[in-house]
Amino acid sequence: MGAPYRPLIRVERLTKEYALGETRVTALAGVSLEIAAGEFVAVMGPSGSGKSTFMNLLGCLDAPSGGAYWLDGREVSRLDDDALSNLRNRKIGFVFQHFNLLARTTALDNVALPLLYRGLPAAERRARAARRLEQVGLGGRMEHRPTQLSGGQQQRVAIARALVGDPELILADEPTGALDSKTGNEIMALLAELNRAGMTIVLVTHEHDIAAYAHRVIHFRDGRVVA
Amino acid sequence: MNFAATLAVAFRALAANKLRSALTMLGIVIGVAAVIVMIAVGRGAQAQVERQIRSLGSNLLIVFSASPTFTGARAAAGATHTISEEDAHAIHRELTETIVAAAPALRGSGQVVAGNSNWSSTFWGVTPEYFEVREWRLAEGRAFDPSEINGAAKVAVLGRTVAWNLFGDESPIGQTVRIRTVPLTVVGVLATKGQNLMGQDQDDIVLMPISTARNRVLGATALAKSRSVGSINIKARDDVDIKVAEEQVRQLLRQRHRLQPGQEDDFTLRNMTEILQAREDSSRVMAMLLAAVASVSLLVGGIGIMNIMLVSVTERTREIGLRRAVGARGGDILRQFLVEATALSLIGGLVGVLLGSLGAALIGELAGWPIELSPFAALLAVSFSAGIGIFFGFYPARKAARLSPIEALRHE
Repeated sequence: MGAPYRPLIRVERLTKEYALGETRVTALAGVSLEIAAGEFVAVMGPSGSGKSTFMNLLGCLDAPSGGAYWLDGREVSRLDDDALSNLRNRKIGFVFQHFNLLARTTALDNVALPLLYRGLPAAERRARAARRLEQVGLGGRMEHRPTQLSGGQQQRVAIARALVGDPELILADEPTGALDSKTGNEIMALLAELNRAGMTIVLVTHEHDIAAYAHRVIHFRDGRVVA
Repeated sequence: MNFAATLAVAFRALAANKLRSALTMLGIVIGVAAVIVMIAVGRGAQAQVERQIRSLGSNLLIVFSASPTFTGARAAAGATHTISEEDAHAIHRELTETIVAAAPALRGSGQVVAGNSNWSSTFWGVTPEYFEVREWRLAEGRAFDPSEINGAAKVAVLGRTVAWNLFGDESPIGQTVRIRTVPLTVVGVLATKGQNLMGQDQDDIVLMPISTARNRVLGATALAKSRSVGSINIKARDDVDIKVAEEQVRQLLRQRHRLQPGQEDDFTLRNMTEILQAREDSSRVMAMLLAAVASVSLLVGGIGIMNIMLVSVTERTREIGLRRAVGARGGDILRQFLVEATALSLIGGLVGVLLGSLGAALIGELAGWPIELSPFAALLAVSFSAGIGIFFGFYPARKAARLSPIEALRHE
């Protein structure tokens, strides 16, 4: 939206191989692409196409076998485990298909979780978490536990948690996969709104109407980008 | 992640499975409680032994007439009289470097009669040194003076039990008691000593001058003819090794009795402190056995904690994955599980100390054993249980910390 072009993500000849017993399986066979800051990108492809592996690498949850990955101008593919944890904590917000909220834990504490690992004092954690819950429309549900919330509300809590650390990037792995289509569209509307406010979002989905919210769609097949 | 937050997370996790947490702690609770009870009973017994050593007189040696194998047949110590008052004087005179006092004593028993009351007791003919050596204090009246010893005066000092049985609450001072028809005027009452280690009442005793016992009370027997005595109580100096004193007394007596090298002693020499310490040693062995049992219980408790922590890591794999995804380092996860395991064992330890203290008090009340609780032991038990938590919690915690974030997130 008129912002100067800045590649937030740049990968070059990124590969990932797994040992599966005796044989080696190539999950990612050299992917090169760029995603600019402020973009809204959907990643599609059949299962086994390498899109999940690609997302794990983007999310710094896994290290590539080869190639290079720059996140926000910094080469991260060779960082150690603690540095990657730190990077996830500060730069990336995750939204999962099954929400992955902590049971028996209030919405507010769930949202504040990333700040716990940033060593912030409790009062500040709670204040920032409360602001994000209000932002996703759950200001009145802060002390509710996940079991007391609907699926859509749980995913909103998860989005608030992704936002609470002021990340550069939100990675959403089939965020509507466990929701009915009406709730799914509400969640997508929320993500689109965040994107309009400047947040970079990369989304994995099977559904074309969900992918339609994105500005760009990247198709994966057999570990490569096909379109 | 700061420590307070780690602690809060750990307690929330433990509270989520209250029954499981409680059962896991049980092993540690039982182990620690056993340790606390054991130490309380052990220390109580030890303190009692120490009190009894003090009541017997510290550094006490006793010489009995006759060795156990004297004349070839086994006779009870003191049955034949081979030691004399002169032996006692000689010990006192010649071993001034090591011996404070040597008190000869002549034993007898019989009915003690006062008015309509009578009481069967043991009496001892003694010298004034006897009071010092056996550490008898007087509750009332006085001990004997030398002129009474020389003159075979008809006086007696009663033990508390005898005084109470003959005179009740009335003061026996100035009253007359008869032993074997000899009337004796009571001049003193001994302070209470209570039971000895064998459970005998030490206060069931009558003391009289040794000359009175020999010449008047035991007069009809052969004993009266000689100066022989049944036993000599000897008090060694505090700064002298009791073994050294014992050896010196032995050599002196052998010399006086003209025993050849290789010939057996014609007396029996006992070191009372040693006897009591042997008892103390056996109670220490008992305590060590109990400690071994308790440490097995603590070990089993620790393994229980490890087991439950491994289950917990497996159950919470997705949670671990999520925490890793939002920025927890491997070290944060390690610390969290380690704190959980330690909290389990530490709480178990504290509960164990509490139950153990109550149990010890109860045992003391019901069995009438002396109990002495030790704050140091409690502290040690609690820190030891915390150590168990850290030790047995480490493997599960490291397993959790080493989980791959993706694998953990995908875990069903």
